[in-house]
Amino acid sequence: MAQPNVLILRAPGTNCDRETAYAFEAAGAGVEVLHINSVLENPAQFGNFQILCIPGGFSYGDDVAAGRILANQIQHHLYAELTRFKEDGKLILGICNGFQVLIKSGVLLDNDPEYGPPATLTWNDSGQFEDRWVQLGVEPSDCVFLRGIDSMYLPVAHAEGKFVTRDDRVLSRLDGGRQLVLRYRLQTEAIVGEGKVPYPDNPNGSMANVAGLSDKTGRVLGLMPHPERHIDRTHHPRWTRGEGRQPGDGMPMFLNAVNYFA
Amino acid sequence: MLWEVDIYPRAGQPDLIGTQVVSDAADLGLAATLGVTAARGYLIQGDLDREQVERVADELLADRVVERTIVAPVGDALLAEAPEGRVHLIHVLPKPGVTDPVAQSALSAIADFGIAAQAVRTLKKYWTTRLPDQHVRLLCSKVLANDAIEQVIIGPLTFSHLELGSPYRFQPNTVPIRAMDDEALKRLSREGQLYLSLVEMQTIQGHFRQLDRDPSDAELETIAQTWSEHCSHKTLAGRIRYRDENGERHFENMLRETIFAATQEIRKELGERDWCVSVFRDNAGVIRFDDQYNVVFKVETHNHPSALEPYGGANTGIGGVIRDPMGTGLGAKPICNTDVFCFAPPDTPADQLPPGVLHPRRVMKGVVAGVRDYGNRMGIPTVNGAIYFDPRYLGNPLVYCGNVGLIPREKSSKEAKAGDLIVAVGGRTGRDGIHGATFSSAELTSQSESISGGAVQIGNAITEKMVLDVLLAARDRGLYNAVTDYGAGGFSSAVGEMGEQIGAEVWLDRVPLKYEGLSYTEIWISEAQERMVLSVPPEKWEELQSLCRSEGVEATAIGQFVPTGHLVLKYNDHQVAQLSMQFLHDGRPPVVREAIYTRPAPQPLEISKGESWDFAAPLRQILGSLNVASKHWVIRQYDHEVQGGSVIKPLVGVQNDGPSDAAVLRPVLGSRRGLVIACGMNPRYGDLDPYWMAAGAIDEAVRNCVAVGADPSRIAILDNFCWGNTDRPETLGSLVRAALACHDTAVALQTPFISGKDSLNNEFRPAGAAEPISIPPSLLISAMGQVDDVGRCVSMDLKEPGNYLYQVGVTKEELGGSHYAMVVGLRGGQVPQVDARQARAIFAALHRAIDAGLVRACHDLSEGGLAVAAAEMAFAGGLGARIQLDRVPQAVDAGTTAAAETERLSKRLRNQEFHPLSTYFPANEVLLFSESNTRLLCEVRPDDAEAFEQTLAGLPHAVIGEVSDAGVLEILGIPRPVPDDTGRGRVELVTPLVIEAPIAQLKEAWQKPLAW
Repeated sequence: MAQPNVLILRAPGTNCDRETAYAFEAAGAGVEVLHINSVLENPAQFGNFQILCIPGGFSYGDDVAAGRILANQIQHHLYAELTRFKEDGKLILGICNGFQVLIKSGVLLDNDPEYGPPATLTWNDSGQFEDRWVQLGVEPSDCVFLRGIDSMYLPVAHAEGKFVTRDDRVLSRLDGGRQLVLRYRLQTEAIVGEGKVPYPDNPNGSMANVAGLSDKTGRVLGLMPHPERHIDRTHHPRWTRGEGRQPGDGMPMFLNAVNYFA
Repeated sequence: MLWEVDIYPRAGQPDLIGTQVVSDAADLGLAATLGVTAARGYLIQGDLDREQVERVADELLADRVVERTIVAPVGDALLAEAPEGRVHLIHVLPKPGVTDPVAQSALSAIADFGIAAQAVRTLKKYWTTRLPDQHVRLLCSKVLANDAIEQVIIGPLTFSHLELGSPYRFQPNTVPIRAMDDEALKRLSREGQLYLSLVEMQTIQGHFRQLDRDPSDAELETIAQTWSEHCSHKTLAGRIRYRDENGERHFENMLRETIFAATQEIRKELGERDWCVSVFRDNAGVIRFDDQYNVVFKVETHNHPSALEPYGGANTGIGGVIRDPMGTGLGAKPICNTDVFCFAPPDTPADQLPPGVLHPRRVMKGVVAGVRDYGNRMGIPTVNGAIYFDPRYLGNPLVYCGNVGLIPREKSSKEAKAGDLIVAVGGRTGRDGIHGATFSSAELTSQSESISGGAVQIGNAITEKMVLDVLLAARDRGLYNAVTDYGAGGFSSAVGEMGEQIGAEVWLDRVPLKYEGLSYTEIWISEAQERMVLSVPPEKWEELQSLCRSEGVEATAIGQFVPTGHLVLKYNDHQVAQLSMQFLHDGRPPVVREAIYTRPAPQPLEISKGESWDFAAPLRQILGSLNVASKHWVIRQYDHEVQGGSVIKPLVGVQNDGPSDAAVLRPVLGSRRGLVIACGMNPRYGDLDPYWMAAGAIDEAVRNCVAVGADPSRIAILDNFCWGNTDRPETLGSLVRAALACHDTAVALQTPFISGKDSLNNEFRPAGAAEPISIPPSLLISAMGQVDDVGRCVSMDLKEPGNYLYQVGVTKEELGGSHYAMVVGLRGGQVPQVDARQARAIFAALHRAIDAGLVRACHDLSEGGLAVAAAEMAFAGGLGARIQLDRVPQAVDAGTTAAAETERLSKRLRNQEFHPLSTYFPANEVLLFSESNTRLLCEVRPDDAEAFEQTLAGLPHAVIGEVSDAGVLEILGIPRPVPDDTGRGRVELVTPLVIEAPIAQLKEAWQKPLAW
């Protein structure tokens, strides 16, 4: 297949759908942005697409908790379709609010029948929304989206992005399974430090400095930072100082997704 | 059954809400040893069993990884079990009828479980350590709740069901206005919250006497809304007799003859090259952007609601201004927000607050959170703003919110047609915001909270986002002929305005309501948020309905435009109003208002006699003064990069934390063309000279745009006047004076005004005080510029050691109203003036230099002058700078005595190089801190210096120093004659080091004050 089709799923309050569509188009994909109501009405539409992306925003206002209500809808009405989508070898990407939806709907990590969800994204330690740029290290993994990428410089913009697992066992299991694929790094040194990266380099207090999480197959990825906000050199906050590249650090992720179907 | 779900952080997880309460209480000096445990909670009403509620609690409402829940019917002892060490229990709930978006979302999400709940309400629950009763009350009123929108229940909840409103029984109301005497008319105006003048009330009386009937309440309200200051701007767009030292001038329409006239003159001169599309006509000003798109811009204020309920006021302020571009032409897509606030100093002692006034720190936190939550949820980047502090904003803070939109050129105009359906889209109508329009015509008092509580609203950004999504889809499918927003005055203003040339009939009983019990008049004037009105051809109505349905947006045909020239309101079969459009829009009595401006006697500013040679301390003080200090705490809470077009961010530099002059974004992702957003304002000058304050604000807004690379021949500006009570001729006089400056400066700079808005009566009367406190004259100028290629933009941070620093523009002795005068406690002086002709030439030349790539960094000189600009550029770039004041282009008059002295000494000391200001003692202060307009500091590579100088040939500019890698700002003063150390009375020339400060120290002084 030459050109994969991307379904960008939007809900009331989704607001990064346009620029995410633009990034996928720039990477060579065909893109359709569909409203959740349309997908709920006709879930068979998933069959037309090879990549599903849930973009950033405030789905349903992040009322109750970030991503919770859309996650709830997916859990109750679309879980089987998404499971099939995964099993068919297709790709799923959740950015920011999309990550929150993927983790809270159980699409990214299986729910434990006894204890419920093994991990979540909750309020930043600072207790507030923050927009700032972070340095990310990519861990070795099978994640399709991150192939060949060592590091990225991307912005985060969220209030509820602190990654927390139910207990240390879950964390080491995910670590052992090479699922903790993206970590916040110290911005001053290019080495992943042992232990916790301090605020603001770890902008929310995430356990193990986790910024992005892959499922076991490597075909589902959720991340808090916004790759679609760094696809042009002029997105880099210091491009006027000669820093940054064309295209920006976020672009290879979209290209990896598209090239996976090449 | 009424269930309660309490949600606490799990053991080991932080209690963020509780911690915030403790810190807010400490800020206000309440109970330093307070301990708080907080829970969020839900009340769920319906025929539900425990298992169902527990399932909803576990799977929907709480996050089980980090939270635990307590589920019980309201009244159950389990809910009143105090956590260890906690004694008092306080509940805070939104008052019935106040928008509770989380509850609405929860209700529909519960339905996804197949569980039918009837109603949901959110609550917050606080447990505190032991406190005296009066401290509990204080904590409730100052920290936990706002009486305007929330109710507090101390102790366990006792009620057993949520109120859902009661049915309304139709009751027609007429007001016997014909028989009233003047006293009764005045009373009706005041007590009915119409806030009309006696003459206006008499005009209405005359109109109905002529019709030989009394008006219905709905008719009277419609007239009051339409004639309100907020909707009609009758003061500034009205007749004014103005007197100043030049004589007397009569205005038929003051705004039209000053600000609007400037735009007309500029457009005429531009002729074929005119790039204005629609100015002062639609909900926002429209100008050309590129071959495909126009851009629109509007800035509004939401001051009075924000004084009472900062979060809700700012929230609905930004929500409202976003609807302006959405309601411009056939609907523009909002692409960025701006916000400018004025507060009293946040360190105002809590015990000095007059009754009824919220603490400025609480106001600021609430306002910032309100803008943040709405703007971020709408997915619109908030890219530019400013905050000013003055004690006079204590009871009357200012909240300016702006929005820019992008619209296809062919969608930029609209026309409602007779026969079109009047379709309301979006949020439902409730009692929110009733009398908001007329309320903004009234002075705030300590009683305002109780009188006008209904004027306060809470927004629901997602409802508006949903409306936006369908609106743009419907626009592109051509499903309507016109659109406007419901702003102040609700249906009354929107329908009245849209149907002005046609006539309209409205069916009030069809309007979807949030809850039962609203009278027809309440429906008509409600200012419930997130509603737009469309003029829909009947043949498109079905398609529009189905589009709205597909995205869960409510759309209702509530009337029709009919060619009768009348506005007719019906409730079921009853006609409740019939007003002629002509009387409504043109019947307002012309009033001639008096305006006087008396130029205050010039008061020289007493500066030093040259005792001090070290100005590092005042520099740090200015950097740490609230107006100048870093606003990163605010900026980072706003998403300034959503929509993916960010080019120059509000914070720039080597550590992404220096203060950018303006924001640049690419609204069309596939294009390199950029939009530049900036502002200018300085209320401190207004006290001394409103004319030069206004001229300076325009110069500042324009130079901020130019500093990042905007083309000065394509900058549009907006005015927002916030003034005190203009019934006082002196207050109105100072406003007219400022408007005259707007005209003169805009024409000279060829910078057209495209939109504006004013807010008058910004005064607060504390209980028992005879005189109200009036805000300082506060004119905000917002600017929107353009760049052909964003790749040529520059930022303000220093880039490279060894580069030259040029000052462009002339320093004059203009320390009046300056920040230097403020920090050292000086009064009087000359405020900065503007030589607009020269400014135009400087901006044009500098733009050519930037466009040619000759400038590595550029920063405007404003508050704190050269010293502050150099410091900011240095610490933003992580580099040092060495500057010599004797090279600064200046036009400081040393006076004859000093000139003679210099002359005398320079003859004696022939081998030494004298500066014309060598014996003028204030010279160093003036050159460091004067706030003269039209000045910028530019970093230029030595290789580009020649080309840069050629580009600026004939205009004031000079190399005044260079970038260093020392991490220190060093500024050498003017060489001064001092007695040499021989003791024989001989003098020698000494060049003092007037500033030597590590940039780390300067940065800390700048970042610390507002790093909350």
